[in-house]
Amino acid sequence: MPNLHQLVVEMRGITKRFPGVLANYNVDFDLRHGEIHTLLGENGAGKSTLMNVLAGLYQQDAGTMLVKGKSVNFSSPRDAIEAGIGMVHQHFMLVPSQTVTENILLGLDEPRFNLHLNDYDQIIAELGERFGLKVDPRAKIWQLSVGEQQRVELLKMLYRGADILILDEPTAVLAPQEIEEFFLTLRSMVVEGKSVIFISHKLHEVTEISDRVTVLRKGKVTAAGLEIKDITRQELAHQMVGREVVFRLEKNPQKPGKMVLEIRDVHAQNDKGLPAVQGVSLQVRSGEILGLAGVAGNGQRELAQVITGLRKCSQGEVLLNGEVISNRTARFSIRRGLAYVPEDRTHVGSSPNLSVTDNVIMKKYRTPPLARGWAIDMGIAKQFAQELKEAYDIAAPTVETPVRMLSGGNLQRVILAREISGEPAVMIAVQPTRGLDVGAIEGVHRLLLAQCQAGTAILLISEELEELRSLSNRIMVIYEGQIMGETQGDEMEKIGLMMTGTPLTQIEEQGTAEYV
Amino acid sequence: MDLIIILQAGVASGTVLLFATIGELFAERSGVLNLGVEGMMLIGAMSAFSVALATGNPWLGVLAAMLAAGLFSQIHAFIVITLQADQVVSGLALTFLGVGISLVLGEGLSKAGAVSLLPRLSIPLLSQIPLIGPVFFMNQSVLVYIGYLLTPLAAYYIYRTRPGMHLRALGEYPAAADAVGINVYRLRYFYVFVGGVLSGLAGATISLAVSPGWFSELTTAGQGWIAIGLVIFAQWDPFRAAFGAYAFGALRRLTLDIQGPTTLLGIANPFYYNPYWGFFLQMVPYAFTIIVLVIGSREAMRKRLGAPAALGTPYIRGERGV
Amino acid sequence: MSDNAYSPPSKRRKGLPFRIQIEPRLTEPPHWYPYAVSLGALIVALTLGGIMIALAGGDPLRSYTHIARASFGSLGVFSDTMVKATPLILVGLACTVAFSMRLWNIGAEGQLFMGAFGASAVVLIPLLPPETSRWIFIPVMMLAGFLAGAVWGFIPGFLKALYNVNEIISTLMMNYIAFAWINFFVFAVWSEGGFQMSPMFPKNAWLPRLADYAKESPVLAGLTTHMGLFLGLGAAVVVWFILYRSRWGYEIRLIGDNPQAANYAGINIKRNIILVMMFSGALAGLAGASEISGVVHRLQSSISPGYGFTGIIIAWLAKLNPFAVVLVSILFGALILAGREIQPSGIPKLIQGIILVCLIAGDFILRYRISVIHVAQES
Repeated sequence: MPNLHQLVVEMRGITKRFPGVLANYNVDFDLRHGEIHTLLGENGAGKSTLMNVLAGLYQQDAGTMLVKGKSVNFSSPRDAIEAGIGMVHQHFMLVPSQTVTENILLGLDEPRFNLHLNDYDQIIAELGERFGLKVDPRAKIWQLSVGEQQRVELLKMLYRGADILILDEPTAVLAPQEIEEFFLTLRSMVVEGKSVIFISHKLHEVTEISDRVTVLRKGKVTAAGLEIKDITRQELAHQMVGREVVFRLEKNPQKPGKMVLEIRDVHAQNDKGLPAVQGVSLQVRSGEILGLAGVAGNGQRELAQVITGLRKCSQGEVLLNGEVISNRTARFSIRRGLAYVPEDRTHVGSSPNLSVTDNVIMKKYRTPPLARGWAIDMGIAKQFAQELKEAYDIAAPTVETPVRMLSGGNLQRVILAREISGEPAVMIAVQPTRGLDVGAIEGVHRLLLAQCQAGTAILLISEELEELRSLSNRIMVIYEGQIMGETQGDEMEKIGLMMTGTPLTQIEEQGTAEYV
Repeated sequence: MDLIIILQAGVASGTVLLFATIGELFAERSGVLNLGVEGMMLIGAMSAFSVALATGNPWLGVLAAMLAAGLFSQIHAFIVITLQADQVVSGLALTFLGVGISLVLGEGLSKAGAVSLLPRLSIPLLSQIPLIGPVFFMNQSVLVYIGYLLTPLAAYYIYRTRPGMHLRALGEYPAAADAVGINVYRLRYFYVFVGGVLSGLAGATISLAVSPGWFSELTTAGQGWIAIGLVIFAQWDPFRAAFGAYAFGALRRLTLDIQGPTTLLGIANPFYYNPYWGFFLQMVPYAFTIIVLVIGSREAMRKRLGAPAALGTPYIRGERGV
Repeated sequence: MSDNAYSPPSKRRKGLPFRIQIEPRLTEPPHWYPYAVSLGALIVALTLGGIMIALAGGDPLRSYTHIARASFGSLGVFSDTMVKATPLILVGLACTVAFSMRLWNIGAEGQLFMGAFGASAVVLIPLLPPETSRWIFIPVMMLAGFLAGAVWGFIPGFLKALYNVNEIISTLMMNYIAFAWINFFVFAVWSEGGFQMSPMFPKNAWLPRLADYAKESPVLAGLTTHMGLFLGLGAAVVVWFILYRSRWGYEIRLIGDNPQAANYAGINIKRNIILVMMFSGALAGLAGASEISGVVHRLQSSISPGYGFTGIIIAWLAKLNPFAVVLVSILFGALILAGREIQPSGIPKLIQGIILVCLIAGDFILRYRISVIHVAQES
């Protein structure tokens, strides 16, 4: 029986600095036995940092911690685990080429020397049964789905006897139906005597699952340990952001023009040779934003790569203004007016050690006036970069600064500036606001809408349903490489169901009531 | 029979490559690329020779070689693990440094006289097996037998023990190891050390067993680099490494010795001290290494396998796999 | 996301009133910083080298002053230094080009040898009769060296582009193959009277030296600096222009920094791997042709005391800047020239190694800021 008045974790006055950033300042946080306590805040508010301190990955610069009444000072994750604290990170800490059992046993002192995995396979299978986390101990991690991998992470912690669980954005990788299952699992763990800290930036989840909530904004606590029943979503949002939050941006009023981008029955494989895109067809018109919703890993990345020429499709074609651009080089589509804002800003979209100027001319350096025969006119290049810097409000010391020095939001501005300045006919934007704070998100959304009004056709691939809802004219849902259906955008329930694999036709036949 | 003697020498020569290859294999499995094998081997060879000369005891020479090369490897470890510098350049620098140091400290060694070598033995029953017996178990240096033991021990360690499992995690996904409390930095230092120790042993094998003496840079003649190529061919597996090492050793000896006999397999030897063929034979081991690399790389590409995923990238706590 | 702290195992020293804090730099250090670090590394390296000389029984101060005097002391020795610097400049440039794309060309030595071979082949096959005017002979020889080096660079480039073969090992193996190749021709095909060298080249095949013009200007008497130097200087300008002002150079630098971004920008990486390896090999080949025609005047098995490897260090020390390559090459030319007389003979190589190690370690300071924090201030 949870003893609600016994504090299992007390953090007092935690301060943690990183170069240039005050991640946590004088933060107080406590966790009661048997509760689910959510740590809420937007990206960059310091939630993960605070919990990393609790989990022993970082050491605080100031402040004290008590676990189960005893003062603690963790110098490594191992100490935290010994104290009963287990953290499941947003990006799973699993070794892909090893089995479930090996991953769970990683870092432990047992077995002493020789691995006799068979015995352990058995033990872990039983543990999974007990907590309702079913998974095949002999499977290799790369073979498992994301949801199953998450179960492995949980089992890892439970096996070590963790009774304080920290979960960092666990629902980011789950479809709405899976989230319900996940919440049930959490509640059953609480009944078994565990206490849970839940990190999230999604308001609707907080109100659904938590007992109490603490809100962080820019490293400081703005609402400490409030009971969920005592607060509304609006107030929580206010605490998160500090100003009135506009839940919806002005909708795109544009009337869509002619078809610009057409995707016909495209099939493609992923890096492992497995089918990722299995017959996708869609059309985007000039002046419209088509949103593509879906949990990450359902083929969106491969689809974007096929469209932009970075991946071959085995079947089907992609047409830009009637011309086939699939299975051609990336340069081919760039020349025909395709712009791409990739998911991975730092590793794909930009070149970290090169200057802003160098990054910004990436698409235009082959054509005059930047190109002069074999040479590049650096004078004109710098001027161009300067103009973009001012127009897009990019905060950087000079245009010669290497872009690795820029913040995420500014880097995204550089990328958008580069893509938009090409006056594209079509833009593919994948997770354009991931990891950005609310101000930067708004900025990106405005830029996208402006571009749309200028006549560009935009395909917006995103996991954030709010973002899709506020920007898109139409929303399609992709699941396991296939389109489940298309809606006008306000039918959130239908979208949620489609994200778990139910085709629209089926939903319309059987109605949504069955699935709640 | 001439062929037996050549193969015997080939096994001995292969032992050198085996030690170096398995050493580098351990380092790379932990995620650290150490291109300084040639330098470490030279330091090992030089230390072994000079200590054996000074003390009259070849075993002390072997010990000195392993220690010297192991300590030397820690320079690279410090630069790439703690200072997180580029692993490729640091390895190259280590080679230069190793060559330089061993040349300077080994000055005069080549004329210093002969040294007592490590004992050779034959294993009674096993050496009687037709064909395999004489080649592998007759009149080989002790170090060769140690080499036979090393391969299965290394394989067992990597695949069937707990520390071996941790080693594999280090090279594949160090963040996972770190999150469960494994000290990634410290273990990587250790495995780089292991690589150094084994490279030193390889060097000692040259100067105290296989080609006794000290010949400045020519002592190793690029075998350190061949070992690195063999690691790729071995796809980071000790048994494949052993296969590659012995095959290569045999090849090397073959190209060296094939010019000697007047008749080869009953017919007149076309390679007999032919001034023309001699030089092309010299090229063979190196051309072969390239071929071996092509095979290894194509296989990796085909099977979508490859190096330990984290090989060559420094581990920085806080960078969470994005 | 701002969670990018580098926290090495706690550097808290018990009892001391301060601790060392290491954190990544947020702003770019000033432009001259990398060169200051290079200089600092050089000084540290020379100090360490001096210690090693002392340990081996020599006198470091005397060794170093000897080096300085033997390389810069008079016009004559300075000219000799420039002669040594000439191939270094070209090899340094070869490595600079390759490294700018993170292609680790360790085969500059072999490419240099093949360039020497190419130039020699023009004379020794012979491709041109010995009476040919020097205005034809020399350019053809240089071209042959350039092309031969390009071919030698092409092979590992091709293997890397198509089969992803590690270029470090393949270029290195090509070195050994090149040595054997040269030996074959020196000992067997073109051997003069059974000696281990080819016949001397006709005068028309020699690169003109400053000393050739001693009649017009007596001050030039005895100066061995040859036209290859101007080839090197010219190449430096060309390489700079290519890397920093041309489209190709932009692509090279983009690929070197982030191949994924380059792919996304539509740049053909495989083609560039091959082209860059060819260009790099060609520059090294030019170094070989220049040595053969300007210094050695015949084909023999020892043409280079490891110029190709020194080139790697030069490129790194010069931070891949072509003009800095020229300066650093002069410095290393001095080291090699004067180092011949230093005992023990491995010292110049040792110093080169120490310089490289210090350089890499020193790069750390460019990326991280080290500060000393007084503990009292914190609480």
